[in-house]
Amino acid sequence: MSGPEIERLIKLLARLPGLGPRSARRAALTLIKKRADLLAPLRSALTDVADTIRTCGVCGNFDTQDPCAICADPGRDASVLCVVQDVADLWAMERAGAFRGRYHVLGGVLSALDGVGPEDLCLEALVARASEAAVVEVILALGATVDGQTTAHYIANRLQAADVSISGLAHGVPMGGELDYLDEGTILAAMRARRPV
Amino acid sequence: MDWTDEAIVLSTRRHGETSAIATILTREHGRHVGLVRGGAGRVGRAVLQPGNRVHARWWARLEDQLGTLNCELARAEAAGLLVDARRLTCLAAACAVAAMALPEREPCPAVYHGFTGLLDSLAGTDDGTAGAYVRWEMALLAELGYGLDLDHCAVTGRNNDLAYVSPRTGRAVCASAGEPYRDKLLRLPRFLLTGETPMPQEVVAGLTMTGYFLTRHVLTIMPSARIRLAEILAGGA
Repeated sequence: MSGPEIERLIKLLARLPGLGPRSARRAALTLIKKRADLLAPLRSALTDVADTIRTCGVCGNFDTQDPCAICADPGRDASVLCVVQDVADLWAMERAGAFRGRYHVLGGVLSALDGVGPEDLCLEALVARASEAAVVEVILALGATVDGQTTAHYIANRLQAADVSISGLAHGVPMGGELDYLDEGTILAAMRARRPV
Repeated sequence: MDWTDEAIVLSTRRHGETSAIATILTREHGRHVGLVRGGAGRVGRAVLQPGNRVHARWWARLEDQLGTLNCELARAEAAGLLVDARRLTCLAAACAVAAMALPEREPCPAVYHGFTGLLDSLAGTDDGTAGAYVRWEMALLAELGYGLDLDHCAVTGRNNDLAYVSPRTGRAVCASAGEPYRDKLLRLPRFLLTGETPMPQEVVAGLTMTGYFLTRHVLTIMPSARIRLAEILAGGA
């Protein structure tokens, strides 16, 4: 139907999350039709990112500088560390704008069946960071899943020696959530985490 | 091929962007695996947390196919345990051991009913959950053909003063007959004979005993959640 270069582009696009073969073909066609407006800037942006992207040596975030912009920002509260599973979670926290401290990306959660153990996570660096005198609180912002909370308990245990307070995110009713539509697990967690009004 | 059954979710593996391959322990069909469409989505993930009880429907064109699973939540057991490190690790250990030890598609109702009993114990407030876990592992070993014989002493035939278990035969040994070999024998915790609520050190001894036979006969490696459970209980002993 088309040349090998275009087929290669379609195959690569189809490997991106959210895109299948048909949607990748549509995306490729849009790029080709809007060469000046989309294809050239996209190529330039991809090249720039590929040349400059780095993993932050302090927190594990992706950025074009090391330390990343968050770690290098003097306006950030260095006394609070927020532990997240993945960079996507860090970006979600930043989108919410609810946290002005610093982050630590674990790179996964403990999983018995997937064979993910403590040695596979960025834990030693977290223990070292939490032991710094400036840090007074560690927030464990991990998923409300069995693996996520098992990891949270494990980290809390590991950080016992560090002189920091350890907290976790609340579990319960989401914004705009109506009880009628919530699953039983969420209602149970919300009921257990109820607070005085 | 089409059946419905009560089940407990043991594990889930993401498959593609929105689906998941779930391993469940059913009441009548044993450990079963199937593709859950939408299982990796926001709603599906909450249903497929390990330990949750579900109403499962499995269907496939041929019996030896992976098949499709549809799981409807019956009781969200995992959500109630997320804040309790010990109970959560206990749940994770039981799910991991069952997922790795049980043969696929072999009915094992005793293990299923033992598991539901363990879940009830975990959801309760009593102190006997760790003991219930040790008893469940013993039932699992028995179901797999490696049951321990704790009724009589293998040497004297006596049924009192039992204190050890032979690592070779899995049979109980009384204190007097086992004393010269105490370094080679496994300690038999008393709560397994009396049914009383165990002390923490007795639970650790029980886990050591069942762990020995699990790794010897059933598992090639011990799941990390089970190792962590032993560490947590040993820390509190």
